[in-house]
Amino acid sequence: MTLTAANLVRRANGRPLVDGVSLTAEPGECLAIVGPNGSGKTTLISMFAGLRLPHAGRVTLNGTPLHRLDRRSVARQIALVEQHAETGERLSVREVVDLGRIPHLGPLSPRGARDEAVVDRALVAVGMADMAGRSWHSLSGGERQRAHIARALAQEPQILILDEPTNHLDIEHQLAILALVTALDATIIVALHDLNHAAMFADRVAVMERGRLVAIGRPADVLTAERISAVFKVQATIEPTETGRGFIRFTAPSRPATWG
Amino acid sequence: MNLARSRAMAGARLLGVVALSVALLGATVIFGATIGETQIPFHTVAATITNHLFGAGYPVDTIDAGIVWNYRLARAVVAAACGAALAVSGVVLQSLLRNALADPYLLGISAGASSGAVSVAILGLGGGLLTLSAGALCGALLAFSLVALLAVLAGRGPTAIILAGIAGSQLFNALTSFVVTKSASADEARGIMFWLLGNLSGVRWPDAWMAMPIVGLGLAVCLLHARSLDAFAFGTDAAAALGVPVRRVQATLIAITALMTAVMVSIVGSIGFVGLVIPHAAKLIVGVRHVVLLPAAALVGAVFLIGADVVSRTIIAGQVLPIGVITALVGAPAFALILVHRPSGAGGTAR
Repeated sequence: MTLTAANLVRRANGRPLVDGVSLTAEPGECLAIVGPNGSGKTTLISMFAGLRLPHAGRVTLNGTPLHRLDRRSVARQIALVEQHAETGERLSVREVVDLGRIPHLGPLSPRGARDEAVVDRALVAVGMADMAGRSWHSLSGGERQRAHIARALAQEPQILILDEPTNHLDIEHQLAILALVTALDATIIVALHDLNHAAMFADRVAVMERGRLVAIGRPADVLTAERISAVFKVQATIEPTETGRGFIRFTAPSRPATWG
Repeated sequence: MNLARSRAMAGARLLGVVALSVALLGATVIFGATIGETQIPFHTVAATITNHLFGAGYPVDTIDAGIVWNYRLARAVVAAACGAALAVSGVVLQSLLRNALADPYLLGISAGASSGAVSVAILGLGGGLLTLSAGALCGALLAFSLVALLAVLAGRGPTAIILAGIAGSQLFNALTSFVVTKSASADEARGIMFWLLGNLSGVRWPDAWMAMPIVGLGLAVCLLHARSLDAFAFGTDAAAALGVPVRRVQATLIAITALMTAVMVSIVGSIGFVGLVIPHAAKLIVGVRHVVLLPAAALVGAVFLIGADVVSRTIIAGQVLPIGVITALVGAPAFALILVHRPSGAGGTAR
């Protein structure tokens, strides 16, 4: 299952948010998308998930343009975990995960034993089997994110897209979520803020800057001191690690920012 | 795993719940037909209904039979249909717009209906050919078309729809007030006021024959979209990511709720609070899965409105209160409770 973007462009108020991005997510890989705020990560991800149409270029799934495919069949192959998806409804964790079966069910077909089994498996995969009956509003941020991932898993996707899944989580849960996601048997496309997370978990890293893709490749090749300085405007040194992925140590700005 | 057996048990349970619901609804309708100012014994009511349904030919007093069949029973059936339609519309709009405070009149429908009604009743639009109900229906559909157009121009989102609805309602309410203050006599103004608060007095069987198929159709269309409605729990993007054709579903469901509400408003006036409060009550009883929630809301709405009608006819001897007064007297405190006990995070305001 290959997801390919070709020359994607999307604008808002005449300003390009995503400007001519081409890349391919290879089957089974974990592709991290990094970039400063406003570099177009979320917009790119929403086009990958088929939620927004590009103004130019196209996204193809195994060669077929995404917008030509039936929405439901796309949802059976691509699952999305949004940045802040909240609800006012009094749903239980299990009811949230059940939502992932919607693309597999017709309007009248009842949920069967297989649907229940898939939901059970998804709950186990994120370590929430014992929380299935808990109310959504009683969950912490990390638990909500895990429930969303379980819902995405219940879609049985070949491609899982996540938009900054570690936002607002403490460091333990950040690492746990990324370890969980990257261990999955699926293509993972994940927007990340933390460059060290990208270095630790991704097979390849795509660097975005002002809507453009400025680099893509293995973390050690892409996340260099020079590129980090050019794109993120911070000084960094890359320390070698046993894994060969490198650890990025940031240097505090030498002179404090002045007021006015 | 004994799958076949658990399937069979689930099927039997479903059948049981449906049978119980139908029985409850039937009992409430008969209750509505039994209670009233004229004391009519229950066996007369039962005999009248069996005579009409099965041609049993039991001897009953013709005046009593007329009151039971033509007046009270038609009224109870319309009240049931109307309560069900408003409650189902409320569920759909609250889920679709992700707003716990959405109700069927949000789309400008009751404001449009009142403008239509006063245009016929006071301005004499249609030269006597249009009934009050027909005028109200035209007004409701016109107002909804305007609101829908405005919402599309304003960007289609839930906020756009709500704001367009408020703008449309204000406009048509102002038109109604303008016509009433400029042209109506005191009696006409009082009559219109009575109608606006909801009035089942003039309801007869032709109204029931119009209301029942509409509510049946509406409930069926909404039930077909029950899974899509579930998918809206986390917003339109989440629904789209779950494979729901968001715009088509929104358009279909908003149109069907508008049709249901417009027809009901044109028959009985705008009965407030049912479409707002019953969905929340039904959610507390059966949870948020729409395949269960929609029929449950329909049942609770139907039973509630028959009850409210009986109360409105009997609470003050010799006088019928507008049913909207009763529903609001129950609805406003219930609404306050819901506001206080809403789960945190509902409505999406950051803290």
